[in-house]
Amino acid sequence: MSTATRSLPRAIGAHAILLTYTAIALFPVILVVMNSFKSRVGIFGAPLTPPTPKTFDLIGYTTVIGQGDFIHYFQNSLVVTVASLFFVLLFGAMAAFALSEYRFRGNTMMGLYLALGIMIPIRLGTVAILQLMVATGLVNTLTALILVYTAQGLPLAIFILSEFMKQVSSDLKNAGRIDGLSEYTIFFRLVLPLVRPSMATVAVFTMIPIWNDLWFPLILAPSEETKTVTLGAQLFLGQFVTNWNAILAALSLAILPVLILYVIFSRQLIRGITSGAVK
Amino acid sequence: MATELMAAETRPKRAIRWHVGVFLAPAVLVYTAFMILPLFGTLQLSLFRNIEQSQVFVGLGNFRTLFGDPNWSVNFWNALRNNVWFFIIHMLVQNPIGVLLAALLSSPRLRFTAFYRTAIFVPTILSFVIVGFAWKLILSPIWGVAPHLMDFVGLKSFFTPWLGKEHYALTALSLVSVWQFVGIPMMLIYAALLSIPDEVIEAAECDGVTGMAQFWKIKLPLILPSIGIISILTFVGNFNAFDLIYTAQGALAGPNYSTDILGTFLYRAFFGFQLQVGDPNMGATIATIMFLIILAGVCVYLFLVQTRLRRYQF
Repeated sequence: MSTATRSLPRAIGAHAILLTYTAIALFPVILVVMNSFKSRVGIFGAPLTPPTPKTFDLIGYTTVIGQGDFIHYFQNSLVVTVASLFFVLLFGAMAAFALSEYRFRGNTMMGLYLALGIMIPIRLGTVAILQLMVATGLVNTLTALILVYTAQGLPLAIFILSEFMKQVSSDLKNAGRIDGLSEYTIFFRLVLPLVRPSMATVAVFTMIPIWNDLWFPLILAPSEETKTVTLGAQLFLGQFVTNWNAILAALSLAILPVLILYVIFSRQLIRGITSGAVK
Repeated sequence: MATELMAAETRPKRAIRWHVGVFLAPAVLVYTAFMILPLFGTLQLSLFRNIEQSQVFVGLGNFRTLFGDPNWSVNFWNALRNNVWFFIIHMLVQNPIGVLLAALLSSPRLRFTAFYRTAIFVPTILSFVIVGFAWKLILSPIWGVAPHLMDFVGLKSFFTPWLGKEHYALTALSLVSVWQFVGIPMMLIYAALLSIPDEVIEAAECDGVTGMAQFWKIKLPLILPSIGIISILTFVGNFNAFDLIYTAQGALAGPNYSTDILGTFLYRAFFGFQLQVGDPNMGATIATIMFLIILAGVCVYLFLVQTRLRRYQF
């Protein structure tokens, strides 16, 4: 295209802004991880330089690994997040399909009822949730967390997914019906694959608050067996306030698994966002 | 679709469509049991008070205490003011940056977009615990990273321990929160920009509308619904924020309550702090107020904003 030459300065400008912001976004993360490999003198003497053989020290990591059971906490977080995510996406997509596809009495009311939860911070119901979990004996189980997070994630998932489901061509669904497909087959085989991009978006938005939540693990599952990595890190950081080596190492250990998880999911997300719907 | 379904509805005596129930049931059950019922339990608690070990109905008595009793009202209005400021900063800083980044990312033939996108979203996936502590360390005068960096651009004299100063702490934390969450508006807008069909852009180019003019006149109106959604998400998120303040400044939201927002105020009322004993009923009262604020915001969005935004279907 003839605009290619004209757009060169603009491209440089865009890269400059994006690079600057990328630096701002990554700087604290890199700073923490970098300094976690240094001795105390290195951390305070030259915080902005990478570890050199002189300042390299793993004392922080040995303290952390000697103190907390981070691998176990990480497993708990993973179980809770993956299970909640699965239920949110499955139940959410099913409900969104019912709301966007069928006309039935109370459809609008049901939609509003389910959307109510987008604005209600589920935390406001904490007392009653705790009472419920005590009554059902679910306190200090991962099940309690999964149930609460599923309820927390559903409203937004249904809201976003039904917006997208409305856009799925009804000709396609009707063609399926004429071919004798059941409603379930239409949902699972025709509609779900088409809304996969929006499912990826919903997955990311659902996953982040669940993984990062501090409140419910603290209240519903604070036992050593069921601690999530966020709660474990918070307690650990509170304990070692003056031990900078340990704090930086603990922060790095908390960051790295999330980063790995993110890289796996971000591929899916980007593929999802960029591969449009019906083409 | 509409005509087909209308025809279906007028058909006499059609069978019960069990599949509709099957599709709805799991979501409705989990949602009702673990969100709606506990919420109503909490709203109900705000109308009671624990007097001599039993719950006594006091009507709006707790609300009168919250607004009128100086022990409560000073903290309450302070938390509410701070929360509004917290929200304003997000709207003024986070969302414009998000739109700008998304617009740049979606420019055609730009390379490395996947890298930028992935990198800029990184803070959003980190937990408040990590973000709060990391920024606390960076802004700490003991470590000296922030003054050191400002020295590079000759601004060292402007450095103060922001998180420790009443005047700056809330703004500093709001900006930390913006830093963390800018990825969300960026991603949503980016997705919206990508979904604009090429024909529309090509038509604009044929008419000589390119570059900035194209963004303001063609793309921005098309992504307004997404900006609306982002605004309401920010509003809801800000008015029940808690974790960042709690991790960085503790439950007392220091210095001298200057970073206290409704979430931390609720936490202190609910679980108690220092000498004050936790009071579930007052906690529920504050929770009810937060509920009403959020409800008001959402109603404004649904009935005033959303209905006026034109939705384009491609």
